[in-house]
Amino acid sequence: MSAPALEARGLMKQFGALIATDNVSFAIARGARHALIGPNGAGKTTLINLVTGVVPPTEGQVLLEGRDVTALPASARVRLGLSRTFQINQLFPHLTPAESLGLAISERNNSGADFWRIAGTRPGIVAEIEDLLARFGLEAEMDIPTRKLPYGKQRLLEIALALATRPRVLLLDEPAAGVPEEERQDILAALAALPADVAILLIEHDMDLVFSFATRISVLVAGRLFTEGEPDEIARDQRVRAVYLGEEAHG
Amino acid sequence: MKPDDKLARRLEAHLRRREKWRWPEIAFWLAILAAIFTIPSRDALINEILIAGLFALSLDLILGLAGIVSLGQAAFFGVGAYAAAILASMGLNDPIFGLVVGAALAAALGFVTAPLLLRGSDLTRLMVTLGIALMLGELANRNAWLTGGADGLNFSMGKLIGLFPIGFLGQRNAALYSFVVLFILFAVARRLAQSPFGLALAAIRENRLRAGALGIATGRRIVAVYTVSAAYAGAAGALLAETTQIASLDLFDFHRSANVMLMVIIGGAGWLYGGLIGAAAFIVLRDVISAATPEYWEFWIGALLVMLVLVGRERIGEAFARLSPWAAARSLRRGAA
Repeated sequence: MSAPALEARGLMKQFGALIATDNVSFAIARGARHALIGPNGAGKTTLINLVTGVVPPTEGQVLLEGRDVTALPASARVRLGLSRTFQINQLFPHLTPAESLGLAISERNNSGADFWRIAGTRPGIVAEIEDLLARFGLEAEMDIPTRKLPYGKQRLLEIALALATRPRVLLLDEPAAGVPEEERQDILAALAALPADVAILLIEHDMDLVFSFATRISVLVAGRLFTEGEPDEIARDQRVRAVYLGEEAHG
Repeated sequence: MKPDDKLARRLEAHLRRREKWRWPEIAFWLAILAAIFTIPSRDALINEILIAGLFALSLDLILGLAGIVSLGQAAFFGVGAYAAAILASMGLNDPIFGLVVGAALAAALGFVTAPLLLRGSDLTRLMVTLGIALMLGELANRNAWLTGGADGLNFSMGKLIGLFPIGFLGQRNAALYSFVVLFILFAVARRLAQSPFGLALAAIRENRLRAGALGIATGRRIVAVYTVSAAYAGAAGALLAETTQIASLDLFDFHRSANVMLMVIIGGAGWLYGGLIGAAAFIVLRDVISAATPEYWEFWIGALLVMLVLVGRERIGEAFARLSPWAAARSLRRGAA
């Protein structure tokens, strides 16, 4: 059997006395639709930062398709096929969607350091930008600076950019966060249309979205992996309910 | 025709929209050339502006394209100038040779010091670059055997391509020499800014976190553009030494680094012409105001700077644009389309 698309082994992160991530291990199969849920402060963001290489773990390993990438910086992991989106848009405000996508694609096929070629002169890259724009319904906005796009379109670009790196594993950090109701359908449609061979780890608060999207769910509580299972197991699990209800009672 | 082809063509046209030289740009360069020939009494001043423009362009490459701040650009300026001056004082006084060596040495220094800029905040970068320029200035001061120390270096330059004297006997030749070097290096920078490399720099400037998350090796790109920027600053320094035939310790002075930053801010960072326009505005203002009130000119430069930064260039630009007759025509056309 081949190695899982993404695997974490005994990940731990300590900030001073605080243990933000405590001995977390999980494996995500190739092409999986996996969700990570947990109450606020459970350490979801820290876990993503550990997996993507934004912060180094205190202990443990991250494996991408069987290869240990723990020592590699974030940009090198992206090149090996591990890409992510951000909970708060991380876009290039003054660049257009076409430029942003073009630069992600150039970077992926190693022409990102070309300094003597005008961008947009490679038909292959132009065709790929075109394809991504069409897939995310951004054709009409392709030449408008990103900062002027409506929020929902920016959210779509956020996902399109991650996909432009042709990931094997894609981490989606609350892709629908803050999207107004009338633009939500576009996000859901875009998520449903993501390539089937890409393993996806969805971090989300919106339970409707989680249960409609994921075929497997992990629950993180206080930095530890609380439980993992099929959606209906998780939905029935009284302890998971207690964790969420407990949070509501506090909040 | 398939609709897809139409989108592809629109896409390509959008990505390549800045490739063609437009008439305002061509007019800009022709106007400089015309000024060199029509007001020969001012050729020394024009030469100074062109060199300051190249120096400002060097800063715009890092500040405007990649968002890397520096208060030590004079380090590279000084290295380029002293390299040309020392070579000339040893008898190797071919101007183009001095220019190339000056730029290359400055580039080497840029390449070696660039890794220091990869960590920390803008404040860190300001202090690191400032510190490097201070160190180099002091090294030049202490090594008088090589640099002439506080007395500076005097030397005589050879003729340009063996034909044209530059300097006091050839002010126009000097200005033309600076013009050609500036134009070539500008054209290179213009192309670089539109390449995938230039786009990656823009991404680093706009959002370094996301640039890394797209697989861009941000550190390597910054080192590369910093090296190019250093070469440009070195070339500017070499031009100044060669066309004034003097090199002194003030080449490394803090005020040079600060002034070049002012020029870029006045002209607007990131569109490459900003440095040139800022340099021209700065030097012409200094010339005009200091003729009227010798001690007072920096007051007006200061006032201009405060206004630009607080009010914002875009808003000032928009106010002017509304007043211009073209604006009315443009809005009419937009309405029709």
